[in-house]
Amino acid sequence: MADLELRQVVKDFGNLRVIHGIDLKIDHGEFIVFVGPSGCGKSTLLRMIAGLEEISGGDVMIDGQVVNDMPAARRELAMVFQSYALYPHMSVRKNLAFGLETMKVPKPEIERQVKQAADILQINELLDRKPGQLSGGQRQRVAIGRAIVREPRIFLFDEPLSNLDAELRMQMRVEINRLHRRLGSTMVFVTHDQVEAMTLADRIVVLRAGRVEQVGSPLELYNKPDNIFVAGFLGSPRMNFLPGTVDRVEGHRGEILLAGGQRLTTEFSAPPKAGEAVTIGVRPEDLVPVPETDAVLIGEVTIAEQLGGETYVYVTLPDGQSATVEIKGQARVRPGDRLHLAFEDGKFHIFGSDEKVIRRT
Amino acid sequence: MFLLPWLIGFFGLTLGPTLASLYLSFTDYDLLTSPRWSGLENYEYAFFHDRRLGNALSVTFTYVLWSVPLKLTVALLLAMVLDRSVRGVAFYRATFYLPSLLGASVAIAVLWRQIFGAQGLVNQMLFLLTGMKGPAWVAHPDYALTTLIVLAIWQFGSPMIIFLAGLRQVPQDLYEAASMDGASGWRQFRKITLPLLAPVIFFNLVFQTIEAFKAFTQAYIVSGGQGGPVDSTLFYSLYLYEEAFANFRMGYASALAWLLLVIIAIFTAIAFATSKYWVYYEDEGR
Repeated sequence: MADLELRQVVKDFGNLRVIHGIDLKIDHGEFIVFVGPSGCGKSTLLRMIAGLEEISGGDVMIDGQVVNDMPAARRELAMVFQSYALYPHMSVRKNLAFGLETMKVPKPEIERQVKQAADILQINELLDRKPGQLSGGQRQRVAIGRAIVREPRIFLFDEPLSNLDAELRMQMRVEINRLHRRLGSTMVFVTHDQVEAMTLADRIVVLRAGRVEQVGSPLELYNKPDNIFVAGFLGSPRMNFLPGTVDRVEGHRGEILLAGGQRLTTEFSAPPKAGEAVTIGVRPEDLVPVPETDAVLIGEVTIAEQLGGETYVYVTLPDGQSATVEIKGQARVRPGDRLHLAFEDGKFHIFGSDEKVIRRT
Repeated sequence: MFLLPWLIGFFGLTLGPTLASLYLSFTDYDLLTSPRWSGLENYEYAFFHDRRLGNALSVTFTYVLWSVPLKLTVALLLAMVLDRSVRGVAFYRATFYLPSLLGASVAIAVLWRQIFGAQGLVNQMLFLLTGMKGPAWVAHPDYALTTLIVLAIWQFGSPMIIFLAGLRQVPQDLYEAASMDGASGWRQFRKITLPLLAPVIFFNLVFQTIEAFKAFTQAYIVSGGQGGPVDSTLFYSLYLYEEAFANFRMGYASALAWLLLVIIAIFTAIAFATSKYWVYYEDEGR
């Protein structure tokens, strides 16, 4: 049985529908990340699970029980807020104990659990301070601690790392990962940051405008995106998209003519019609410099960014399109250089005019 | 230069009369002859001999101790109702505030005198509904003060508006976090709303206490300027007024005014002294 199940969940704000019938099953112990651009409905969906937002249609089920009308206070979930939402007038200890005191847990038990949570998060020395005296990262830990103490059925995280600076964010990411492993609890995590999604998730749910675009493990989504949106959203630098047309189809074999005049031959599992406009997607690391004779594309370097471990080269293609190339190590290229490029091992994606992927064999 | 009007006002109209009254409180002065120095005589009389003053104090304390907490409670409850976004909330807000604008005026006090009079609206309603004949509320020593307290509570508007502003300052996500923590509405109110509202409650408490000590208009009108019936609405300030402008004992009235100041100061000091145990200020971060 799934820990959490969404069935055709819908949310309307007045006349505006923001969640369009979402189905999802989350198993026990899974780390699920909702990711998508601002306004895609990911936070709303999380708040509907939490019980902070009314459900306009469909069912939210926890442990097989429909909880649509159950108030947040009784769902036994815990949530970490983007703003941390610590009680400013209570000490850290009181903040952690609040939920347990509400449940009328005996005092020694509360103390034990608060201490345990404080140990896990290494905030023992902060217990008698007030939230106002803590740094952002410390507040974040307390907020997570407050969730841990309750031993909830499911942890919910609403963009918890977005108020932290880059280094702290990375550190907390690792800690949340470790925490998940240690507790083995089901966690639902909302973020707009694809790096957080890739690094934390067992499965990622990509959302756009209130609809699920694709659900899968991080690498599944990275390697086999269902559509242009998912392909472009995951991965940094972004995937390159080159326009082309299907030129000839013979059986499963087909030839694609790129806008720059180059040709690609490939095998389709369900071949498109000849003449259909398509988009070729190729990740920057799959676009590799090759000798002139093997070149599929020729680009003129506009900028080369040296990151030490790798080099991002921005090139302009003959038809005026620009593309990004990621080269391992410190490539010696200068603006104005001509770069001969090919697709690594046939690693490219073809998307039809409906933006959906056309699978290849 | 630009402070001049204010300075003239302050020294001429506030500080001058204040100091003058301090001096006068040590004199015998009837407005017709010049003040005669009498030392502590006025204070001695007030402390040890003045029966009516004792009564005035008891009336005033009763008034303060009942009207202030009840008024604040009503104000807070209504503020919380208005804090929810109901349709037409602006209209209700204005309507609820109206009594405070009108309440202190002479006209309303006169109106209340009619409403609570022997043949007043309240008694007519009472007779229609239950067949009972009510007393003349404002003319009966047992009920007159209660009526005035009700009138005071009815003017909950200004603390209500301040409470409302305070409630708007409490971040919504604290309530959300608390409900995720399993807290019921009542527990959220006790553990989050009240503590975070404490500075506002404190302000309202001090402010309304001072106001209540100074209450004058309603008692003056309702009792016809006598503090009657049988001195049951003889508020401190009313007694002070009587001494000054009916009996022309300016010296003694000045002494009474200074005593009131001291009493108010003591109450305020008590409020401030206890505040560190129940008022949490966000910025001190303790």
